[in-house]
Amino acid sequence: MLKTGTTHIFALFKFNLNKSGMTRLKNVSQMKPGEVGIVAGFTDDHLSVKLMEMGCLPGASVRFNFTAPFGDPVCISVSGYELSLRLDEAATISILN
Amino acid sequence: MASGKRLKIALVGNPNSGKSSLFNYLTGLNQKIGNFPGVTVEKKTGACSLLDGSVVEIVDFPGIYSIYPRSLDEQIVSEVLLDHHSSATPDKIVVVADATNLKRGLLLLTQVIDIGLPTILVLNMMDLVAKAGISYDLQLLSKKLGVPVVPINARNGIGINELKTQLAATLPVSDKTIFSIWDDAKAPVKQLRDRVGIDNDYEAYLFLEQPQSLGFLNSERRNIVDQIRTEYKFFPGKFQGAETIHRYSFIQDLLNEITLKASLDQSWKKRSRQLDHILTHKVWGYLIFFGILFLIFQAIFAWATVPMDFIDGAFANLSRYVNSALPKGPLTSLLAEGVIPGLGGIIIFVPQIAILFAFISALEESGYMARVVFLMDKMMRKFGLNGKSVVPLMSGVACAIPAIMATRTIDNWKERTITIMVTPLMSCSARLPIFTILIALIVPDQKTLGFFNLQGLALMGLYLLGFVAAMGSAWVMKLIINVKERSYLMMELPTYRIPKWSNVGFTILEKTKAFVLEAGKVIMAITIILWVLGSYGPGDRMSKAEEVVQEQTKNMRLTEEGMADRIAAYKLENSYAGIIGKAIEPAIKPLGYDWKIGIALITSFAAREVFVGTIATIYSIGSVKEDDETTIKARMKEEINPDTGGPRFTPAVGFSLLVFYTFAMQCMSTLAVVYRETHGWKWPMIQLVYMTVLAYVSALAVYQILS
Ligand SMILES: Nc1nc2c(ncn2[C@@H]2O[C@H](COP(=O)(O)OP(=O)(O)O)[C@@H](O)[C@H]2O)c(=O)[nH]1
Ligand SMILES: [Mg+2]
Repeated sequence: MLKTGTTHIFALFKFNLNKSGMTRLKNVSQMKPGEVGIVAGFTDDHLSVKLMEMGCLPGASVRFNFTAPFGDPVCISVSGYELSLRLDEAATISILN
Repeated sequence: MASGKRLKIALVGNPNSGKSSLFNYLTGLNQKIGNFPGVTVEKKTGACSLLDGSVVEIVDFPGIYSIYPRSLDEQIVSEVLLDHHSSATPDKIVVVADATNLKRGLLLLTQVIDIGLPTILVLNMMDLVAKAGISYDLQLLSKKLGVPVVPINARNGIGINELKTQLAATLPVSDKTIFSIWDDAKAPVKQLRDRVGIDNDYEAYLFLEQPQSLGFLNSERRNIVDQIRTEYKFFPGKFQGAETIHRYSFIQDLLNEITLKASLDQSWKKRSRQLDHILTHKVWGYLIFFGILFLIFQAIFAWATVPMDFIDGAFANLSRYVNSALPKGPLTSLLAEGVIPGLGGIIIFVPQIAILFAFISALEESGYMARVVFLMDKMMRKFGLNGKSVVPLMSGVACAIPAIMATRTIDNWKERTITIMVTPLMSCSARLPIFTILIALIVPDQKTLGFFNLQGLALMGLYLLGFVAAMGSAWVMKLIINVKERSYLMMELPTYRIPKWSNVGFTILEKTKAFVLEAGKVIMAITIILWVLGSYGPGDRMSKAEEVVQEQTKNMRLTEEGMADRIAAYKLENSYAGIIGKAIEPAIKPLGYDWKIGIALITSFAAREVFVGTIATIYSIGSVKEDDETTIKARMKEEINPDTGGPRFTPAVGFSLLVFYTFAMQCMSTLAVVYRETHGWKWPMIQLVYMTVLAYVSALAVYQILS
């Protein structure tokens, strides 16, 4: 079981529908200032670990606050605080809204 | 009590949870910076007297979000928490959590509990909790976690005494296990525990999960860990995500139970949100940032001169006093001409460093620095840097040493290395005396366009040149260094707060101390070496100096001082330094320099600020007391170039020298710090070579074009 790596446990938490092609989920980088959504999953295993540690968990609500002057990075509210992410980092968070 | 027996208390917690404020409250002025054994990173420790009179040692750690490290800074914390049997192992861990955001803070707490060290939970920011109308059942929280919970306000000290009482009490390890390791991991963990002897499952599990934090293991035990990791195909962070989810679901249940009154009222954050509209605005944001930068430079250059002049004068007087009070001899000379000026050369930079860190620390305290990172990240990335490189680059204007130490917060290896490599190109305060005197010599003191002072413009141009060179070099290194490692920003934007000024004061003290110790060691050593090179020479030329000069100047009716100056100049010319200066003359002739400037290049090789002093000696004006600068300037103006019959310091030579000193490494202390920070000689050597080549080629180009 160990050999299968991260996937078997993650599968429980991931709604990684982009890959399976069922629904196109929106991601955080496509949100507009003021928009709210629910974190549905991540498209990048490596980043997801760090994002989750920062309280950006599947099921948590995110609010898109504002972007830096050139559109990158962006600032979101999640788990009760403000988090800044680069656009490509934000793009790995899928949301439902 | 012997300090070896003092209890060690570690403060850990999320960034901005108030750890430093608490540390300052507990230790006051009894703080010092030392080194972790084995790890080449300094630690902040302080002594704290408890209510019963006993004294404990408090250690402040860099902020972390979890026990899985993301940067070098964070790795230190993991190493200390994983190493349970060294002299540095803390006896108690105090986890500081921001009570307005308990969920995130508890993640780290649950990991520390599972690792099996005695733990206390401190809930900080209780004033804001009250303001937001939140209320928790702290007794239940304590019971559920099996650790004492102490609510405090680290801004005004409420709750500190309760914490001190807890620190004095005996503290058992929590009997709770929040996360039990996966079934899959049980076999390798058991094997590891049997073979290496580790206290508990989670700790052993972390050995397998993060081998990068095991610097403390000897090679034998290290091999066992590696063997088991290969056998069971572990890779770093294998189950980390699942563990995080498990812990957060525990925390969510816990919070549901202990929260008596939740608050959706975020109005205390409203002011902060409004400020962000302005401070990260595409026009106002940058205008304000550059306004602040301007203010900082103004402060460093204008306000710092008063204390600097005072320090300069004080050390010159001390030197003269020692020279006259002690019997003549090599020891007096070493003291008066080596050690004291060397010390003065370190202390003189303290005002600028203190002012710079006053600003940086206040900006950090207020939460604004995170916005600077946010504003600059995209631009900096184009040059292979990171938004977080802004602070080191800014600090570099005062001194590269604290600046390079500040790069530890950059988690990406490549971006951090590039930041370290280019920071010394930012013009530090040691270049300022050289710039000032050369600009005064070759740029007319005139106004242009009505109000811009030409000399001021030239100075600004040099700072800009340094900055442009730093960014350009960064860009080149980005292309050359071929490492594929992902870079992250992922940074909290903390709520804006009025800085707590005592915290700012503590930071100033800490940074200044670090500079004086760090640079002090090297500069002292170098000054002594230079003193030897400048005071001794081959054969008997040095001892005969007096006779020779007297012979030469028989008909000149010199004053006693004029005579002494001539002798000093003659001695320098015939010393080892002078011989080296003459030997390198062919190499520096294309830049427009003669052997006299060569001597100054040699003596300032290790510390560029020595340049002006050497020039003063070479041109026999060492003993001039009042108004040094104008005298040196006047004397440099008179210096004739025998080849042309014109002045030695033509604009071409002056600009060539200015450019040379803008780019050249010329600072041994910085190299020493880079060596320490990069764990080897590779990067400091590359840095020395590329900066020297850049300096030489640019100076050559400037001289050849202008002359
Ligand atoms: N309102 C309030 N602010 C606090 C409290 N403790 C710390 N702060 C502020 O929170 C900010 C971060 O604190 P600091 O000690 O630097 O946190 P660190 O990053 O964990 O070292 C600073 O502006 C402090 O003045 C508190 O109990 N109440
Ligand atoms: Mg701090």
